[in-house]
Amino acid sequence: MMLKLSGVHAHYGPICALQGIDLSVQVGEVVTLIGANGAGKSTLMMSLFGKPRASAGRIVFDGEDITGLPTHEISRRGIALVPEGRRIFPRMSVFENLQMGAVLADPTNFDVDLRRVYALFPILEERRGQRAGTLSGGEQQMLAIARALMARPRLLLLDEPSLGLAPLYIKKIFQTIRSLNRDHGMTVLLVEQNAHHALRVAHRGYVLQHGRIVLSGTGRELLASSEVRAAYLEGAAH
Amino acid sequence: MNVVKNKKWESGKCMALALQQLINGLTLGAVYGLIAIGYTMVYGIIGMINFAHGDIYMVSAFIAVSAFTLLASLGITSVPLALLTVLLLSVLFTSVYGWAVERTAYRPLRGSTRLAPLISAIGMSIFLQNMVQLTQGARVKPIPPVVVGGFDLYASEGFTVHLAYSQLLIVIVTVALMAAFSYVIGKTSFGRQQRACEQDPTMTALLGINVDRTISLTFMLGATLAAVAGVLVTVYYGVVDFYIGFVAGIKAFTAAVLGGIGSMPGAMLGGLLIGLVEAFWAAYLSPEYKDVATFSILILVLMFRPSGLLGRPEVEKV
Repeated sequence: MMLKLSGVHAHYGPICALQGIDLSVQVGEVVTLIGANGAGKSTLMMSLFGKPRASAGRIVFDGEDITGLPTHEISRRGIALVPEGRRIFPRMSVFENLQMGAVLADPTNFDVDLRRVYALFPILEERRGQRAGTLSGGEQQMLAIARALMARPRLLLLDEPSLGLAPLYIKKIFQTIRSLNRDHGMTVLLVEQNAHHALRVAHRGYVLQHGRIVLSGTGRELLASSEVRAAYLEGAAH
Repeated sequence: MNVVKNKKWESGKCMALALQQLINGLTLGAVYGLIAIGYTMVYGIIGMINFAHGDIYMVSAFIAVSAFTLLASLGITSVPLALLTVLLLSVLFTSVYGWAVERTAYRPLRGSTRLAPLISAIGMSIFLQNMVQLTQGARVKPIPPVVVGGFDLYASEGFTVHLAYSQLLIVIVTVALMAAFSYVIGKTSFGRQQRACEQDPTMTALLGINVDRTISLTFMLGATLAAVAGVLVTVYYGVVDFYIGFVAGIKAFTAAVLGGIGSMPGAMLGGLLIGLVEAFWAAYLSPEYKDVATFSILILVLMFRPSGLLGRPEVEKV
C-alpha cells in the first residue's frame, strides 16, 4: 500500500472541509477523486501535506505515519504535487522552475531527468529561458507537471490539471498521465472535475461530496454508475 | 580680462565642490545601499519591515570597535590583516544577531496579523539600543584611525578634490560584495530557494524546502551586509554610538522604498541616490537640514510612487 488515509478530518477555520475520509492508493495505480466544486478535493490534496493539518485520522505513506510531519518533510518522502492553479514561480525562467523541482533530488540525475521532461513536453525546452509567468495556461500546466517529475516522486498528485485548458491541451495532459503510469510505472492520485476523462484514465475512483466519500469503485464501474452519470457526466462529456 | 579669469576661477570652484560632493555622496550611498538590501530582502520574503535592522547595523559597528581595540592590544598593526579579521568577526557575530532577532521576535508571530511583527520589530529595536547603551555606555566611542590618508584628484588655486583611502575602500568593498551577492541570489541553489519563497512560500514548502530555514538564512544574509556596512562606517568616521542605527536605519529604509521595496537592485540604487541627495543638500542648501531632504523623499515616494523606482506595483495577495 503506497498511501492510506483513514478517518481523516480537516477544518478551514470553523468549516469542516473533510469529514472522515478513507482512501487508499496501491503501487502502480492511477486513482482518481472526482466531485463537484467545493466538495473538498483540493483540501484533501493539501491536507496530505499538512496544509491544513488533519484534525483527526491518520495518513500513512509507504508504511510511515506522515500525519504530523512538517510540509517539507512530507514531500521529501517522495510525494510530489501538481497543485490547483499550477503555482509555477512566475518570475523565474522555465529552466529555473525545473531546477526548483529537482532541488532535493540527486544532482547526478539532473541531466537525465531534464532530458526526460523535455522529451515529454518539447515546448518547455524551446521556452527554457522564458519567464514562466509569460507562458500560456497549458504550457504552465506542463511546466507544473514537469517540475513535479524532476523530484523523481514515487507518488504523483495532480490537482485539476485540466482546469481552464483548451481541449487540445486537456488531451495532451491525460495522454501524459496515462503514459507516465503505463510506461514508467508512476503511481498517480488525480483530482478532477472532468470526471469523464479522469475515470477513463484511472484504475479506481472515489466520489467526494461535502467532505465525504459517497461512492467508490473501478473507473469502469463509476463510468457506468447511474449516480455518477447523473451528477458528473451528463452534458459534460468532451 | 580679469572678469574672464574670475569666471573660470568660479567655475573651477563649482566643479571641484560638485566632484567632492559626488565622491562623498557615493561613499555614503554605498553604505545606505548595503543596509537597504537587508530591509528589502526581509520584506520580499515575509512582507514585513524589520525595524530592528538599523540596530543590527549599529551592533555590528560596536563589534567592529571592540575587535579593533582587541587587535590593537594584541599588537597587530598590519592594516589589511586587521581589517579582514574585524570584517570576519563582525559578520560572524552580527549574522548570529540577525538570526536570533528573527527566531525570538518574528517567528513566533508568523501567521498572526500583519501588524504584530511590526510592533515586535520596534520593540526589538528599542531593546538592542538599550542593551548597547547599558553595556557600552551612552557616550560616543572612538577608535584610532585605521585607514589613513588619501590622494588629491584635482587641486588648483586653493581647491582640492580629495579621495580618502577609506572612501575608496568603501566603494571597492561594496562593489565586490554586490557582485558576490548578485551571484548568490541569481545563480546558486540557495538564491533560487530564496526567490521561490518570495514568490510562493507554500509551493516552495511543497517542493521539500524548509521555508523557516530559508527565512532564517535571509535574515543572516541581510545582517551580513549590514555588518560590512557597520565596519566600513566605523573605519570611515572613527566613532560610533548606540543611536547611529536609528538614523542610518531610517535612511536605508527610505532608500529601499525609493528603489522599490522588494527589489534588490532598487535598494542599491535607492541607497546611492539618498547618499547623493544628502551630500549635495548639505553642500549647497543646509547641512543642518539634510535629514529633512531624505524624509521628504520618503513622503513624496510614498505619496506619488509607492512602488518605487524599480519595484513592481503591489498586488494584494488573497
